[in-house]
Amino acid sequence: MNRKNLQGEVWVYAEQEDGKLQDVSLELCGKARELADKLQVKVGAILIGYQVENLAQTLIAQGVDTVYLVDDANLKRFTSSPYAYVVEKLIEKYAPQIVLYGATPTGRDVAPRIASATRSGMTADCTDLQIDNVVDAKTKEEHKNILLQIRPAFGGNIIATIINPEQWPQMATVREGVFPKKEPDVARQGQVTREQFALDPKLLVVEALDRFVEEKKVDLKGARIVVAGGAGVGSKENFQLIFDLANALGGAVGASRAAVDGGFISGDYQVGQTGTTVRPALYIACGISGAVQHRAGMQDSAKIIAINTDPNAPIFSIAHYAIVGDLNEVIPYMIEAIKAREAI
Amino acid sequence: MSYRSIVLVKQVPDTSNITGNAMNENGTVNRAALPTIFNPEDLSALEAALEVKDRFGGTVTAISMGPAKAADVLRECLYRGADRAILISDRRAAGSDTLATSYILSQAVKTVGEFDFVFCGRQAIDGDTAQTGPQCAEKLGIPQIAYLLEIIDVEGKTATLKRSLGNGWEIVKTQLPALVTVLEAANEPRPVAAIKMMRNKHKRAPLEMTEGQTLADEDRLEQWSMDDINADLERCGFAGSPTKVYRVQSIVLTKSGSCEVPATREGVRNLIGELVKDRTLG
Repeated sequence: MNRKNLQGEVWVYAEQEDGKLQDVSLELCGKARELADKLQVKVGAILIGYQVENLAQTLIAQGVDTVYLVDDANLKRFTSSPYAYVVEKLIEKYAPQIVLYGATPTGRDVAPRIASATRSGMTADCTDLQIDNVVDAKTKEEHKNILLQIRPAFGGNIIATIINPEQWPQMATVREGVFPKKEPDVARQGQVTREQFALDPKLLVVEALDRFVEEKKVDLKGARIVVAGGAGVGSKENFQLIFDLANALGGAVGASRAAVDGGFISGDYQVGQTGTTVRPALYIACGISGAVQHRAGMQDSAKIIAINTDPNAPIFSIAHYAIVGDLNEVIPYMIEAIKAREAI
Repeated sequence: MSYRSIVLVKQVPDTSNITGNAMNENGTVNRAALPTIFNPEDLSALEAALEVKDRFGGTVTAISMGPAKAADVLRECLYRGADRAILISDRRAAGSDTLATSYILSQAVKTVGEFDFVFCGRQAIDGDTAQTGPQCAEKLGIPQIAYLLEIIDVEGKTATLKRSLGNGWEIVKTQLPALVTVLEAANEPRPVAAIKMMRNKHKRAPLEMTEGQTLADEDRLEQWSMDDINADLERCGFAGSPTKVYRVQSIVLTKSGSCEVPATREGVRNLIGELVKDRTLG
């Protein structure tokens, strides 16, 4: 264990529940692809559950080369001990150099247990991941192609870059929405490698008796980026522009009350005093005048961009970036700029 | 039945009260300038252990790893009803990341002896990693139940617990011993009991004493070193920590004034570039 395998793959822990993959896992496949291309290695995904083989192609379409499938009736419901054990065994067998997990309740439960079992480093809630060469300040030793694990720390007051130069695999968890989900390539080819491990009864001492899962509503609250539209969007059809920008950014869609009352979009999307309160890293207000009730639901956003044709709109008083102009022109420019950046 | 609970608690800087001089000029945190508090979820973990003691009988042992000052939170545990408190303090533990910390704490738990429950907060507010609990469970070879909402029942060698799934809940039945990470929603921590405070307020860990001061045996707060818990020093402190902090940057807390962006292709492209540079966009 802890072999520093320079040819090791970049892995994603593909979290599924009731046969449905978590969005963050798909987002991570795209990021893993990027990292792996830089390292010139392959991307692997760990898929654990019961009768979940049909999910493999979804992962492959997101950039995975090999899906390591552990399909076992004993693993139908997630419990941390057997799931962690299975991942530990896979890591032992294949020695990946990086393993990424979604920072979901399940990811944050299982990943540290795996790090403990493999005695490797783990960084929680990364907001960025990069590959770079680093020089140890003390020993002057250079570590080539190391994973930089970047995260806010100390209540969000500092940004720390963490590395794990020796005890591989390098592991990190990442919140949903930090990386955009890539367009799936349904024709993409990959392989499925089935694995089976004997599970000691000692691993199966936790039994799930009952549970209640809320229908996933619009995920505004947890979104890192929110793109919201208001009366200025003009119509239900034109609201597609807001969705397009949100998709390009990997963000969630929000709306002002005026847009909801205008029938452009359902009330589940409403941001504001009587809707959802959001505190994303970036809030883009498109065609929203910025009534105080709306501002109450979004003014704690770390960065606010406002697009409005009216230079006197109150939204500009709290915006960090003010764009006085027509959203029908500005939004396509934004999407273009975002796509151009990804193409680099 | 009598249940032996161990609670892992941490003293943390109050990150919600960051003031101007809390950051050094080089962007690192000036811990000395921050007030310290009992990590909120650890207080809920203590309450969960006390609840087991009240409802089903048993004992509660609190453990904290930290500098001499961390004895504060251990006294707090005694004031609230813990039967025993142990400070794990050793210079050789400095610089421990979550992996090394969980190794040290699991060694301390093993040194206490047999137990039925280990309770700890889900995460500490100075790191928010939520890693130490599950890592301790792995090292102790016991299951972990993360995100406790409610202790439904404890009977024989099993516990039935309600835990959060983020978007819902789950009821699980686990064999004991088990490690349980606790959310603030699980309970309302009881206040300090005056009589327990009177009884314990003079307790001091040896490390808290200045030279020349003597400590009566009945006032001694237990303090263990790496030797006392039979720790392999290769797995403690910097040596035992695979993760290294490579770089730290401080965030400018002042809100910059509004900046006008021209509604042109060029203007928008520059804005997106700026947001990428400051990491607003991944």
